[in-house]
Amino acid sequence: MERMSARAVVEAAGLFKTYGTTRAVDDVSFQVYDGEIFGLIGPNGAGKTTTMECIEGLRSPDAGRIAVLGLDPFRDAVALQTRIGVQLQEAQLQKRIRVREAVSLWSSLYPRPVDGFRLLEQLGIGGKEDAWFMTLSGGQKQRLFIALALINDPEVVFLDELTTGLDPQARRAIWELVRGIRERGKTVLLTTHLMEEAERLCDRVAIIDHGRIVDIDAPAGLVRRHCPERTVVIESADDGAVDALRRVPGVDSAVRDGSNVVLRARSVDVMTGVIEALAEHRIAVTDFQTFVPTLEDVFLELTGHSVRQ
Amino acid sequence: MTTRFRGLLSLTWLETKVFLREPLGVIGSVFVPVFLFVIIGRVFGDELTGADEGQRGLVGVDLAVFAALLIAISAVLSLITIISIYREGGILKRLRATPLRPLTILSAHVLVKLMFTAVTLALMLLLGRRYLPVDVPIPWVAFTAATVISTVSILSMGFVLASVVPTARFAQPVGTIVLYPMVGISGLFVPLDQMAVPIQLLARLTPVSYAVSLMRGAWHGDSWLAHWGDLAGLAAVFAVCTLLSARWFRWE
Repeated sequence: MERMSARAVVEAAGLFKTYGTTRAVDDVSFQVYDGEIFGLIGPNGAGKTTTMECIEGLRSPDAGRIAVLGLDPFRDAVALQTRIGVQLQEAQLQKRIRVREAVSLWSSLYPRPVDGFRLLEQLGIGGKEDAWFMTLSGGQKQRLFIALALINDPEVVFLDELTTGLDPQARRAIWELVRGIRERGKTVLLTTHLMEEAERLCDRVAIIDHGRIVDIDAPAGLVRRHCPERTVVIESADDGAVDALRRVPGVDSAVRDGSNVVLRARSVDVMTGVIEALAEHRIAVTDFQTFVPTLEDVFLELTGHSVRQ
Repeated sequence: MTTRFRGLLSLTWLETKVFLREPLGVIGSVFVPVFLFVIIGRVFGDELTGADEGQRGLVGVDLAVFAALLIAISAVLSLITIISIYREGGILKRLRATPLRPLTILSAHVLVKLMFTAVTLALMLLLGRRYLPVDVPIPWVAFTAATVISTVSILSMGFVLASVVPTARFAQPVGTIVLYPMVGISGLFVPLDQMAVPIQLLARLTPVSYAVSLMRGAWHGDSWLAHWGDLAGLAAVFAVCTLLSARWFRWE
């Protein structure tokens, strides 16, 4: 996805951060454009959070240049904090703070806050104003943190491992909320170790492993570039199907598996040939499925190890 | 500037409410010192006050100073605990990711502690009135001021402890082990010049020894100028500890 005309709202160039002998962040550079959801993806400990916290001004990089909305996260800390929204990984609030009090406190810290209580309602925790923070469920806490991150009507929102520890249902609901943030015209920078989350949510992702960025692109673009192979499963009773399909240029193999013919191909270009061959030989097809590799496969391909480790 | 001040006020008010909701904290830092003072006063009242001679009872003074010190130290212990719990829970970090300045976040906690110190002290003096020397005017304002000044200095030491304690679980025990012995060698129970020289030197390094001397002086109605040495000692401790905290303080 080319966004040459778009404005870069986050620019990181040559970031380094070392803890002891570990290079947590190793020459990381990327840009996040206005209005997109950009994901830093990789396994736990890859350096995603450290990178993000450098950009938020919570941590200072050993080297490198950062600009967020043209501001320096350290020199212009207060100006920056008024214009960004932050949700931190595994953050807590005071146990006995009421939701209402947290919202009021946060509202009082910004020059032009939005209506925090409407925000709670929109985020689905409208009835929880009087609840103590410690009595909220994981999903409710995350929703509150999203509300606090949005209360100043920020231009850029940072979300760090937003759905970790949530059940699948809550996770899906939160994804919907994040898409809603983009629809309000805001830019989102998020980190996740869940490839499905990145695939469903992000316009572009940067794959990070051992503190280094391995590649940056739209999820579909990364898959096309690094894992172009496709598996096509065609359900057909036609005995001639295997032979006809095997001859299609680009098809590596075609084998019958019960009522299915399974094709393997090394590129997406094979699809037109397959459809033409089916039409030409008048092969009756009862089902047609293609299996496309996912970001998980891309990650494995690029790093040689699974993201789950 | 106004936003900043409003932030400090909002946070201080909120932390006050949050503190009041923790029954153990309130009992430890408000009720225990007050009850100690009242009960000791009731049991030993007559011997302590020296009321018959119309003079300010020496022991009575030290009882007030002791109780005030307890109030200050429990405020400091509570601060160390709260800061380390907030750090461990990521609350400090979350607050830092706002326009609040780091100093504002910590100042709110100091303000809460000073407020509770002053209130507890007032409560103690009020309830313990019968056990204080009669017919003798007590310089309430000066004594409260001396206690608050001392508390600021001891609090700064609390920040150093809060910077170095590894986890919240260690906060209370480490604070207790460091702070209470300071009371032991502060000159409150045994005059400083009757202690072994090394211990005297050690006492001179702690804020508590200056605090005791300053609070005693305030009780007796001494002029502040007469206690410039104590004030300088407290200020020096404050300066050194603040410098150390600035270097060592961890937000997470």
